[in-house]
Amino acid sequence: MTETTTTRSRPTDSVADLSAGWQLGGRTFHSRLIIGSGKYDSPETMVRCLEASGAEVITVAVRRVKLDASDKTSLLHYLDPDKVLILPNTAGCYSADDAIRVARLGRAAGLSDFIKLEVIGDERTLYPDVEGLVAATRALVEEGFTVLPYTNDDVVIARRLEEAGAAAVMPLASPIGSGLGVTNPLNIQFILDAVSVPVIVDAGVGTASDAAVAMELGVEGILMNTAIAKADDPVLMATAMRHAVEAGRLAFEAGRMPRRQWASASSPTEGRVGD
Amino acid sequence: MSNPTVAKNTVEIVVNGEPRLVTDGATVETFLSAHEIDPDTVVVEANGVILPRDRFGATGLSAGDTLEVVHFVGGG
Repeated sequence: MTETTTTRSRPTDSVADLSAGWQLGGRTFHSRLIIGSGKYDSPETMVRCLEASGAEVITVAVRRVKLDASDKTSLLHYLDPDKVLILPNTAGCYSADDAIRVARLGRAAGLSDFIKLEVIGDERTLYPDVEGLVAATRALVEEGFTVLPYTNDDVVIARRLEEAGAAAVMPLASPIGSGLGVTNPLNIQFILDAVSVPVIVDAGVGTASDAAVAMELGVEGILMNTAIAKADDPVLMATAMRHAVEAGRLAFEAGRMPRRQWASASSPTEGRVGD
Repeated sequence: MSNPTVAKNTVEIVVNGEPRLVTDGATVETFLSAHEIDPDTVVVEANGVILPRDRFGATGLSAGDTLEVVHFVGGG
């Protein structure tokens, strides 16, 4: 594997500054980890994971209220919109029209104009319908949304999403909920080189090393859900992910050493005892 | 849709895809209240149009109306 250069610039000063923050949709965030709120055993565990992860953005789904359920507590009961950006998604939508409708419902909750846009095209892989995705992005940007589209790791589509006005592109590392990690780092690299909006790896991360690998590519952030929610100890994994995302970012900013085929001694080869 | 067993002072509407009987004169606000739903935590779409929260009390329900009552749940 040869080193590639990226248009993503690393800071020139020698001290990486994680506190400087990064921009997404006109807002400044410090954590580069975005977590989902699904699949947790309880809302309480979800809240503890949010705290442990240090995430400043959490995704939620828009669903019908179960009118006859005894517990109709909204997730909003557990989340403080002043402390965390609550990011509605359009998960489960299989057409641009459905996604646009759900996006509007999500925005009507009155929290923000941000939407994590999903237009799914295949049930088994949960891969996006990219035609619908680009169309829905364009329509929602027109309506004033800050659109964060979940997309495949295709540089052509990433560029089209940016042209359509997406505030970020969010390529999958591998299928949603698969935990397979970054299956094609080259494609993520291509996207990084092609677009100027933030690139957020969304889906597929399974454990901390996967998150670090993704961050070392130079992506601006990672969105994950199952890796934390379905860990044996979700709170511990949320902590691990926090460190992994920070470590991966720092390593990216530090700039890794060149790969080489043969050994290169770290200790002086001169002045050895007995020479 | 008429149903002979239904008292005359109720009307049938569709909420979240299921038929529901509400009393004549019910509003979105009284419907939510009757189902112990905090209006501040839901978004309501009435006949395909999102209803601003400050219109819940003034929006009466008529036979055949379709409501979507949604909220945020866990999701990735």
